[in-house]
Amino acid sequence: MESLTLTDVEQKYYSDLFVYCDTDNTKKVASNGRVLDLFRAAQLPNEVVLQITELCGATRLGHFGRSQFYIALKLIAVAQSGLPLRVESLNSVKDLPLPRFVVAKNEQEARHTALYPDLENQGSYQGVIPRPPGRGQIKKVSAHEVIQPCLPTVEPQPDTTSPVVSPHQSPPTSPHAWRKHKRQASGGNLERPPVVVAGAVWTPFREAQSGPVVTGDGMWSAHSPPPVQESWVSLKDTHPPSSSTLPPMHPSSVQENSSIRTLASATTANEIQRQSSSGYDDPWKITDEQRQYYINQFKTIQPDLNGFIPGSAAKEFFTKSKLPILELSHIWELSDFDKDGALTLDEFCAAFHLVVARKNGYDLPEKLPESLMPKLIDLDDSAEVPDQATDVGYSGSPVEVTPNKSPSMPSLNQTWPDLNQGNEDTAIVHPVPIRMTPSKIHMQEMELKRTGSDHTHPTSPLMVKPPELSEETKLATSMKFVTANSGDGYSSSDSYTSDQDPITSIVARQRSHSGTSPEGLKVVAAPPPPPPRPHASHSRSSSLDMNRTFAAVSTGPQQAGGVAYPPAVPPRPLPTQTSGPHSGHRSDEGLAAHSTTSPQQIPEQPNFADFSQFQAFAASDQPGDDGEKHAESLPLEKSSEGPGPLRTMKSESQEERANATVNTAKGPIMAPPPKPVRRRLKSEDELQDETLPPKSNVIATVLATQPSIPRSVGKDKKAIQASIRRNKETNTVLARLNSELQQQLKDLLEERISLEVQLEQLRPFSHL
Amino acid sequence: MAVCIAVIAKENYPLYIRSVPTQNELKFHYTVHTSLDVVEEKISAVGKAMADQRELYLGLLYPTEDYKVYGYVTNSKVKFVIVVDSSNTSLRDNEIRSMFRKLHNSFTDVMCNPFYNPGDTIQSKAFDGMVSAMMVQAS
Repeated sequence: MESLTLTDVEQKYYSDLFVYCDTDNTKKVASNGRVLDLFRAAQLPNEVVLQITELCGATRLGHFGRSQFYIALKLIAVAQSGLPLRVESLNSVKDLPLPRFVVAKNEQEARHTALYPDLENQGSYQGVIPRPPGRGQIKKVSAHEVIQPCLPTVEPQPDTTSPVVSPHQSPPTSPHAWRKHKRQASGGNLERPPVVVAGAVWTPFREAQSGPVVTGDGMWSAHSPPPVQESWVSLKDTHPPSSSTLPPMHPSSVQENSSIRTLASATTANEIQRQSSSGYDDPWKITDEQRQYYINQFKTIQPDLNGFIPGSAAKEFFTKSKLPILELSHIWELSDFDKDGALTLDEFCAAFHLVVARKNGYDLPEKLPESLMPKLIDLDDSAEVPDQATDVGYSGSPVEVTPNKSPSMPSLNQTWPDLNQGNEDTAIVHPVPIRMTPSKIHMQEMELKRTGSDHTHPTSPLMVKPPELSEETKLATSMKFVTANSGDGYSSSDSYTSDQDPITSIVARQRSHSGTSPEGLKVVAAPPPPPPRPHASHSRSSSLDMNRTFAAVSTGPQQAGGVAYPPAVPPRPLPTQTSGPHSGHRSDEGLAAHSTTSPQQIPEQPNFADFSQFQAFAASDQPGDDGEKHAESLPLEKSSEGPGPLRTMKSESQEERANATVNTAKGPIMAPPPKPVRRRLKSEDELQDETLPPKSNVIATVLATQPSIPRSVGKDKKAIQASIRRNKETNTVLARLNSELQQQLKDLLEERISLEVQLEQLRPFSHL
Repeated sequence: MAVCIAVIAKENYPLYIRSVPTQNELKFHYTVHTSLDVVEEKISAVGKAMADQRELYLGLLYPTEDYKVYGYVTNSKVKFVIVVDSSNTSLRDNEIRSMFRKLHNSFTDVMCNPFYNPGDTIQSKAFDGMVSAMMVQAS
């Protein structure tokens, strides 16, 4: 052969091609199969190819040495430029353009074969992978190459890839842009340097294969296992040629498809063409063959296609691919869409696809491509344009939706990540710290659930976060209890009369919110309903136990009233204390207890000294009197709610007794009992509300002074009218008391909030 | 916005620590290390009432003049520590809580990854991305 002088460019190009064809990796011999295909890709008539082969001496040698190969390439260039094939022309022709090869065909075949050996040589995992993934890779690569319009990648390793990727030369609109073509200004297809990219891809791919790639010799020469190819190809053929998404590519690809079909590997080229042409919009799409293969693989691990592959099994499987663990980890993160630690069929296919892509040198995307998102890939979407992964659309497919996908798909795709994000937050697997105790929001909700009657109820307690766990639990119980009591269910708890309800609910709410605040004191004045009381205070025993005891006691006429009082005391010390004296006074009939609890603050007020008589009187009287009074007069008993209902119950049973000595006995009796209790309570409450006792006093005294109405019935009209008048007075007094107590409650809550804020401010420093 | 975010394993070695690049990043590492003592103190303070009563969010561990340190412990004794700049007064407690929640969610995702060996340093890009979003942007 004549000596061959090549320009630098040519040298590079040829060496690249040689390496590409050098599947044996011997650096000396180019396998015939690949070379032949390469030559055919040059789109020269067969006889020309034969002539070239003969000229370069390969026929003599039986193989292509490097020099022969180079000569052949040069001859191809010569032939492509239309010059007669002659040995002399090798060196005589100046400025000979580089030989152009049909990219698609070459690519696909090259990659195809390259992938095959790769797959086959890489252990069980790879071995298991039949053609399809390889094919997919090829397609991807080709598509990738084809669709890299804007990737001005610098020429990669010159000796590796580029030669393989020759763009379509004929159609000026061919999207394949061979970088050398660019330089040569050949055709018009210089917009994209897909070749460059392809080269880049090819290189890493080759490197990744680390040699095994080259061993695809046999396959190459055999044009890859024909059966597989055929099947692969046949499937491909069924696909309509490319989509409209790639207008520039389309015509060329179609042309090439048609031209390629004439060749042995026409089908594969077709497929690649199609893929590449449609690759613009979805480089990561999985072809049907690939999907079928993935499904088969899935079945080997998990026979049930609707089942899951556990993480460990998936890990084993993908570890066989010999990718670095870090990359596998990243692939997992991308593909485990629902973050459940297991792979569904879709997720598995996506993961497999990513693994295959990575093995072929494609970088992993940051986000899962839309086409790989689970539930968006139809297994039966055979019409889908075989769009192999090209690295164009890493972070999301190009804008255009594949023509085969329904228009709704993109929207689904778009919303999917959002859904996922949203789901992630609420995912089952996430251990979200759950608030064990009601927060202020919880309290607000509870509040909202209550009857809307609590206008007076300041929302401040709701805003104040219970500082302590214990308080919160208490509040929680109290809240529950209150809500149970309030509203409709109110009467259910202790069978209180309805008129007690508003007061009780209000009181209950107050108590529950105030928690440890001293507001409970004012609440105590009115007969507090048992349920709320215990919650307000910290003592757990007081909450339900006392209720039970109260309920039990309430059956007893008098003790119930007395018992009712202690729980009414919201402040922590109150219940214990009030219960003490109450129990002590229980024998005094409920009134005494009542007087002790409710008027605990009462004695404080000098202005209520008058009522002490009545209190004593009331205390001395049977509890029934109080009950009667309450029943008669107090639609809005506030602090005396608790005892009130009880009293009502008692009153019914003790009407006779109540009437007799109401006025006289109650006053004096009521006075003494409250005092000890009151003092104790007062000492406890730092914010003692002076007004509370008076109010409770007022109530108690008013109640005490009320003679039992039923009794008056028996008397003449005057007595009745008098009693009516008294009841009205009591009503007004109690109403006023109610409003005042509400106001006090508000004030106390505000104080509490301010104190808690101060506490919070001081708290950070407590650690130091 | 946090200045430094760290994930500490149960055995008190860091699984992930990342701080805003400053001239003295070691200071943050030291801060996180010392905050572990406070964390231990807090979680041992609950006593018998174990995790069921102990809240995961520990709150402000301790403030210094430059920054504040917040802590969060999971039920598996994995600790998250966030260091925020004290000058950033607008950062409310709820925001810190939400940051911890996101950290916890992302950490769970990392744990779910079968390719992640518990005890390894966290190299997940998704986790990195989430943390970057929480770090102070300007610096």
